[in-house]
Amino acid sequence: MTTDNQVAVEPEQTLQGDELLVVDGLKKYFPITSGIIFQKQVAAVQAVDGVSFSLREGETLGVVGESGCGKSTMARCVMKLLEPSGGRIVYRGRDITHLSRAQMRPYRREMMMIFQDPYASLNPRKRVGFIVAEALEVHKMGTPAEIKRRVQELLEVVGLNPEHYNRFPHEFSGGQRQRIGIARALAVNPKLIVCDEPVSALDVSVQAQILNLLKDLQRDFNLTYVFIAHDLNVVRHISDRVLVMYLGQIVESATRAELYGNPKHPYTGALLSAVPIPDPDVGRERKRIVLEGDVPSPINPPAACRFHTRCPRFVEGVCDVDPPELVPRDGAPPSHTARCHYPLERWPLTEVEMRRSAPVTA
Amino acid sequence: MALLEVKDLKTYFSTGDGMVRAVDGVSFSVDKGQTLGIVGESGSGKSVTCLTIMGLNAKRYTITSGQALFNGEDLLAASQSRLREIRGNDIAMIFQDPMTSLNPVHSVGKQLVEAVQLHSEVSKTQARARALELLKEVGIPRADRRIDDYPHQFSGGMRQRVMIAMALINNPELLIADEPTTALDVTTQAQILTLIENLQREYNSAVIMITHDLGVVAEIADDVVVMYAAQVAEKGSVDEIFHRPRHPYTWGLMGSLPRLNADVDRLVQIQGQPPSLLRPPSGCRFHPRCPYVMDVCRTVNPDLAPAGDDVDHLQACHLDEATKEREAARLLGAVAGAS
Repeated sequence: MTTDNQVAVEPEQTLQGDELLVVDGLKKYFPITSGIIFQKQVAAVQAVDGVSFSLREGETLGVVGESGCGKSTMARCVMKLLEPSGGRIVYRGRDITHLSRAQMRPYRREMMMIFQDPYASLNPRKRVGFIVAEALEVHKMGTPAEIKRRVQELLEVVGLNPEHYNRFPHEFSGGQRQRIGIARALAVNPKLIVCDEPVSALDVSVQAQILNLLKDLQRDFNLTYVFIAHDLNVVRHISDRVLVMYLGQIVESATRAELYGNPKHPYTGALLSAVPIPDPDVGRERKRIVLEGDVPSPINPPAACRFHTRCPRFVEGVCDVDPPELVPRDGAPPSHTARCHYPLERWPLTEVEMRRSAPVTA
Repeated sequence: MALLEVKDLKTYFSTGDGMVRAVDGVSFSVDKGQTLGIVGESGSGKSVTCLTIMGLNAKRYTITSGQALFNGEDLLAASQSRLREIRGNDIAMIFQDPMTSLNPVHSVGKQLVEAVQLHSEVSKTQARARALELLKEVGIPRADRRIDDYPHQFSGGMRQRVMIAMALINNPELLIADEPTTALDVTTQAQILTLIENLQREYNSAVIMITHDLGVVAEIADDVVVMYAAQVAEKGSVDEIFHRPRHPYTWGLMGSLPRLNADVDRLVQIQGQPPSLLRPPSGCRFHPRCPYVMDVCRTVNPDLAPAGDDVDHLQACHLDEATKEREAARLLGAVAGAS
């Protein structure tokens, strides 16, 4: 491997040294074209628009947001399943943003993905043994006998019967299929696993089994997770740090305790208040902060603060003119950043306090 | 008299592989103005119970027994034409998937007008005015312009609102909502739940809410039925179920939930998979997955019996009361202590 195509990382990012993945200003625009023969681009879906974060080894980064906020697109760009439109992805000190498929191959071994739908992400015409072994064969990791032994070992690790090696995916239930997906991701000893809504399609009892399994595997193999979900309870359970996304941007980023205990962005507040709590006493007392309307279109996102059209704290002339920066707000620690001019003073807030017109800034 | 009283409802489907006992002896009742939550995993028979009450199962290959008394009238014995009168007028249903329950080739307004005209003798103009009024009531922004849009132009939350608008045309006495928020984001879920609550308060309707989300049940239900493998495992008031759960399956469900208000390192998991309803386990249907299984559980299916002194809190489990008291306290203590 030559050093020519290894782009050096800027000093401030290498300082901490233990970062596995650094994403800087990631953008993904999907063009919208018109015309049949002479196609010209008329607009773009700004699916991901300037997302930056870093990830340490052994850490779990949770990503939450409503459908259409760009969390899956972001994950696919990080995995290089989609070509980013802008920004940089630095994996273990190497810029992988513009690597070709062949150049990416050694990195593919270290970055794997678990998909949402266990029914659609396994080839129905292949046996489980083949599905799990495929990556091992692609990367030429062992003789056929060794691969078979490894696959059976993997099936056992994820809690399946190794004798089910020769079965087809349709012979398994949803939870078991998700275990097959996990075994496939683990096969090549990856360092980073991107989990895109891995438990959304499962029943609660099975969901608990999979969450426990993911935690055990992380402990045993020192895995790093990017965990995407729309369920805030699940993200809280598994994550060390959490990003909240809205319309292609990060609106708040903090450690788990900070984000759930002391949210700063009104959108995070609204999300948290909307989560039903399985305790009738708490549930009846609490008032949901109901946001008006739907998520705006990412083709033509609102100007300045993208949340201003739905925000209970909207101040005319500020929020729709001056785009807020993602910086620490209101005495929050440096690791806790929010993209809001009028952050929440404390938590929980009542709906009236939420609406209260924000203090005039000097 | 309860508005709807379901007694020993059984629905069997005959298939090439044998008889699927989708609902096997389910009883419950709902009063006016009340909300009943039915919880359980996929395949536990929650939806089939409600489809049977509404008479929406295919007649062929379906065997139904028991009673579903709605204002004293047995819906299972009612004729098709009588059922057509009841459906949409007195009982309305909201389905889980708002993407597939609207017709994609007709505009939303046309579908609403059709529903209005089916149930009342009004002119097209009047029907359209009523449709518009309903869309406004469920909070569709700029309803006068959106009424002629097609379903694909609406977001998931808005389509679910249209379904609710359609269900509310005749202010039904009973609204059956089959996982109305499962396909939606939390913020949209909050909008829809608030909407259902407000409408219920306004018209004093009864609501049956089918869901697998214990959080939703805790927030909006008055009574809860926990279903497992086509049977009722436990039922009681929402406070009883959440503060004094008496069935190991209910404990498992509660322990397996990650919560916003509690920190646990490991979730309690229910081992194994829900059983096949083609050949349900002998004895108590939960016994293969139950950590407290005893010999009697393998052979005798426990009856629904009152839990302790509360006659409205029923549970089907062989464990003795002292053990249940202790284990429930331990589970709730673990959840509360961790917060």
